[in-house]
Amino acid sequence: MSETARSFTRRTFLATTAAAACSLGGTLPAFAEVNWKKYAGTKIGVNLIKSPRGEVLQKYEKEFTDLTGIQVSSEQTPEQQQRQKAVIELNSGSPSFDVVHISYHVQKRQFEKANWLADISGFMKNPELTDPTLTESDFSQAGLLYAKNPQGQMLSLPFSVDYWMVYWNKDLFAKKGLSYPQTFDEMVKAAEALTDSKEGTYGFVARGLKNANVPVWTSFLLGYGVDPVDANGNLMTDTPEAIEAARLYQRLLTKSAPQGVAGFNWSECQSAFLQGKIGLWLDGVGFAPPLEDPEKSRVVGKVGYGVMPRGPKAQASATFGDGIGVTAASKNKEAAFLYCQWAISKLMGARLLQAGGGVPFRPSILNDQDVRKGVKMPPAWIDAVVESGKISKLGLPVVQPVTEFRDIMGIALTNLISGGDPAAELKKATEQFKPILERSEKA
Amino acid sequence: MAMQDGPIAAIVEQHPKNVAEAAPVAGARPRSTYWPFVIPAVAVVGSVIVFPWGFTVWMSLHEWTVGGARRFSGLSNYARLASDERFIASVGHTLVYTFLAVVLPLIFGTLAALIFNARVPFRGVLRGLFVMPMMATPVAIALVWTMMFHPQLGVLNYLLSLIGIPPQSWVFNPATVIPSLVLVETWQWTPLVMLIVLGGLAAIPTEPYESAAIDGANAFQRFRYITLPMVAPFLMVAVIIRTIDALKSFDIIYAITQGGPGTASETINLYLYSVAFAYYDVGYGSAIAVVFFVLVIALSLLMLHLRQRTKWIDVQGGA
Repeated sequence: MSETARSFTRRTFLATTAAAACSLGGTLPAFAEVNWKKYAGTKIGVNLIKSPRGEVLQKYEKEFTDLTGIQVSSEQTPEQQQRQKAVIELNSGSPSFDVVHISYHVQKRQFEKANWLADISGFMKNPELTDPTLTESDFSQAGLLYAKNPQGQMLSLPFSVDYWMVYWNKDLFAKKGLSYPQTFDEMVKAAEALTDSKEGTYGFVARGLKNANVPVWTSFLLGYGVDPVDANGNLMTDTPEAIEAARLYQRLLTKSAPQGVAGFNWSECQSAFLQGKIGLWLDGVGFAPPLEDPEKSRVVGKVGYGVMPRGPKAQASATFGDGIGVTAASKNKEAAFLYCQWAISKLMGARLLQAGGGVPFRPSILNDQDVRKGVKMPPAWIDAVVESGKISKLGLPVVQPVTEFRDIMGIALTNLISGGDPAAELKKATEQFKPILERSEKA
Repeated sequence: MAMQDGPIAAIVEQHPKNVAEAAPVAGARPRSTYWPFVIPAVAVVGSVIVFPWGFTVWMSLHEWTVGGARRFSGLSNYARLASDERFIASVGHTLVYTFLAVVLPLIFGTLAALIFNARVPFRGVLRGLFVMPMMATPVAIALVWTMMFHPQLGVLNYLLSLIGIPPQSWVFNPATVIPSLVLVETWQWTPLVMLIVLGGLAAIPTEPYESAAIDGANAFQRFRYITLPMVAPFLMVAVIIRTIDALKSFDIIYAITQGGPGTASETINLYLYSVAFAYYDVGYGSAIAVVFFVLVIALSLLMLHLRQRTKWIDVQGGA
């Protein structure tokens, strides 16, 4: 890859993209029409989240400059701080960056309401600016839901998706003669059958820590056919389905999970699973690479990658993701758009996937056999990713106070692990969150 | 007395009243020439202390979310605080955490100072080792302790298992999270108290101990009636420093628990951070900051009052 970085030119970019396009069915896109050099000499600022996605973009940044002549000044900041920095700068009206990396599941509504992102719908229709292979139809449904505002304007490009799936320990399942659960009921039975606290073996682990734990519950809630907030903006968090999902959460985390799970975030769950003492772990697809790393894992080659089991009413994989967009205040919108387009190109998406740094929102990349050959993770993982994409649903409501939502509901869920009553806890949390949601929509 | 006459006479001569009454000295500068020297200090204090506080109070009187409109709302943010269960709980957590994080290092630091004040072998080396936790970066400490606290993989439960004690949940259980965090705080800051008290012990004269020995006082009586009263001013300094430190504690709690499980270890600082920088509700966050400021000032005044009472009045002749 580094050799490519040194010698990357417009010609090699076009050739690589053409090869990818040919492998998808031989239709050669007319990307030669894109005038990559039109904004040569422009300087743009890029604000990235410190993550494997940000690393990949920074690593190959010089290729973008070689391709376009656009100088890039990029900065990676840890996730929480990046969000604060971006919001404060965007709120000031004159941000120091033209391109911003956003966490859709947290910031989508906030960015839309504040009009901080430029409408790039026009750019996407302009053949001088957009490669014809970059079409809306090449984004998964969840990606489009995230990228577009309610008026249908495209405000960002979907960059990396995080579907939730189930990691399972094939050895532990084999010892008990169990197979991978297909439904929630089977999941509970398997988790309880695998739990043996004397042996230090537990059937299930997932996040118990406040805020971080909400996607676990919404993953169950989606299986009951209910979104946390319905299409009319009504909270569905104290409905009978929500209470049942909370009961399921409580049962799994109190009867089948290790001690102290109330304080577990993804890292503690991952540490526990890596030791080979956990049967099932529900979390995002992006946490898989360490499981197959012999230096970190005791379960190398023993991990099964399962699609979320079916709930009583639906089978759904809770979905989260990042996007990359052009700021409304940018004076170099076209140049910034070229950067965004390059960031989500097939070449960069393939690199992201193959490095295990993230999963592109574009099925054309995930389904490309040549790209898949280079993926270091087992084929079962990428199969689970593709299958999860088919049943993906947004894992968190698209509301502005999403962090408050996660905190308030998260506290209720943590209380369940201490023995709280699901109906009472959810009712209290819903009452607490309702005025916050109403206030945010009025603001 | 003859030795004091000279300095006292000089002080009387320099007293402002006497200076004011004295005839102007030829060549003395007018008052206006002093201002250029004062202005920088006034500007710095005004810009970095007075203005931010004034602005915080002003923000607290508004309903104001980043990205949204600002609307004057009077004292509504303060009224909201009174019924905010999470805020009220965070005040309780802050007080409990502060109390424990002051008292425990004080007890262990004093004991350590008494030990290191005695002529023990390798005293210098041991003192050096003992103060090492104080020099470490809080976030690095927090990450190491997080691993040590892990219920399944942590070394603490392994050590407990060696002596037959069942595994504990430490920071992963709402009931034990604050004591566990205080354990980290105590480990890190006991050396500071030890150093302060050690300084106090070094300043105690030997005569009272000699008199007590002649009067037949035992070791406990010497500690209770000589050491403790004489080291009390130093203990008060340690209490003040520790109280301020514990009240503003953020890094260790945030890095280890983020205020959890649930909100079991959420102090005012952590809640304030969430409101202002995660919920972007700067109006309400400012109201919390103002209330926290008042709480800190009240505790500081209480500490200063107590410090006045522990001064060496008899020893220093009525300071």
